[in-house]
Amino acid sequence: MMALLNQVCQVKQYLPETKNDKMLKAIESSGITKTFGPTKALDNISFSVDESEIFGFIGPDGAGKTTLFRIITTLLLADEGNMKVLGMDCTSEYKELRKNIGYMPGRFSLYQDLSVEENLNFYATVFGTTIEENYDLISDIYSHIEPFKKRLAGKLSGGMKQKLALSCALIHKPRLLVLDEPTTGVDAVSRSEFWDMLGKLRQHKITIIVSTPYMDEAIRCDRVALIQNGRILSIDTPQKIREGFSRKLFTVKSAEKYKLIKSLRKYPEILTAYPFGDSIHVTFINDSLENSLSEYIVKEGIHDAVIQEVEAGIEDRFLELMEKGATV
Amino acid sequence: MNNTVISVHNLVKKFGSFVANDNLNFEVFAGEIFGFLGANGAGKTTAIRILSGLSKPTSGEVNVAGFDAYRQTELIKKNIGYMCQKFSLYEDLTVKENIILYGGIYGMNKSLIKKRLDELLAKLQFQDYENRMISDLPLGLRQKLAFSVAVLHEPKIVFLDEPTGGVDPITRRQFWEMIYETASRGITVFVTTHYMDEAEYCDRISIMSEGKIVALDTPERLKKQYNATSVEDVFIKIARPN
Repeated sequence: MMALLNQVCQVKQYLPETKNDKMLKAIESSGITKTFGPTKALDNISFSVDESEIFGFIGPDGAGKTTLFRIITTLLLADEGNMKVLGMDCTSEYKELRKNIGYMPGRFSLYQDLSVEENLNFYATVFGTTIEENYDLISDIYSHIEPFKKRLAGKLSGGMKQKLALSCALIHKPRLLVLDEPTTGVDAVSRSEFWDMLGKLRQHKITIIVSTPYMDEAIRCDRVALIQNGRILSIDTPQKIREGFSRKLFTVKSAEKYKLIKSLRKYPEILTAYPFGDSIHVTFINDSLENSLSEYIVKEGIHDAVIQEVEAGIEDRFLELMEKGATV
Repeated sequence: MNNTVISVHNLVKKFGSFVANDNLNFEVFAGEIFGFLGANGAGKTTAIRILSGLSKPTSGEVNVAGFDAYRQTELIKKNIGYMCQKFSLYEDLTVKENIILYGGIYGMNKSLIKKRLDELLAKLQFQDYENRMISDLPLGLRQKLAFSVAVLHEPKIVFLDEPTGGVDPITRRQFWEMIYETASRGITVFVTTHYMDEAEYCDRISIMSEGKIVALDTPERLKKQYNATSVEDVFIKIARPN
């Protein structure tokens, strides 16, 4: 009951701020560039993140996600460009800014030889607070691992480590939470639970930026940026990104997948043919399904093929954008 | 046609009183792409260590590539390949040196290594990279090379651990085509992964939970059985029934 009351009070407390700060962006990045020797890790990165948004950076290993997050968290300086986070400059106001950011790096950020409770206590102390003071913020997450609070962090399962690392990143009540590949190496059930937890953090008015190499996680974000080779390919809501796919998309399914791909590639009307799970995603040069395709497939000796039109997913759009980039 | 390359009957593996593998039964066939799934701690790693000759069963019958998992572990190791996502190649050796090293480890003679080296470089269009350090290669190329090296000795089975995790969507598809091509030559591809969209590419998948295999079928049939739209959905329904 008290906890509920507390939450209600907090929401009220924040309301006026919401109105005043309506125009305030949690992150504003313009023209950020960073090179490491011959490698351009980030190339003219511009974007903005609204307050209380869950914003995803989606791209493969080596795309520049971690470099960007290290600049946002003031751990690395950009070569060029401006980065403002929570209205503060990442270079001149980094000391104040750091107090307001919770950062969960990709590699395990906890002290393996401290217990669960000791880790959490340590992070609270570093930021001049206590576990009790902000317990309501982490209770949902921490309650899963609290029964094991005397256990060494190094002895926890992957899913539990992830929950502890998130609790530690939240314990000082940051306004911005930065999560670098929090779900890599975690099983599907824990992964799904993790995204549910992030969704619940919304009520505390925390802005969340999160990176992942997994396209299927885009749907859990309010908006996403697709990132590849240090460049942003597209920024939008997951739905709008899917709608951005410029062609009609068809799936062709058969038990003989490899034979099917090879046959489809030889068919002159086909523009692209990519394996996607148990089927092949196909687009046509004329952007319409050629009636002769089914006959052709049968002639190729495949008798169980099923062709259907489908809506494009995030990964289809990512592929399309990569291809366009390659031909520029 | 359906040549069995892995057969597992009543496999039990205990560590003290802890039962890591609790009476597993399954078969995998030649040229099949088999997905081996399960939550963290479900017992997958224990089973794979047994299948690759690194650990012996407590009880049960296990036969891999025609060899017995109790007495012929060295023969098993010679007839399998292995690739994991994070490490497979030596970064401070060149492409050519890595291939020669692995060929030597698998006991291939020099002329065969030379032949496979040339074939592989041509197939991957890698000629320009022959003398480049692995650390200088783009990530996508490294993954493809790692896979090619894992099947350099034409094993009967290749084990892949999250083979396409973290690679870009185009490389990912090229990689799956390499897997399909390998399977079409009769090499069995045994995939472990946490990423259920990777599982969708497999011919059949098994799902482990608490040491037991709780589901085993084609992705299509499992989706029907569990009234699910994706393998991820199936997995979550099995692991979290409520």
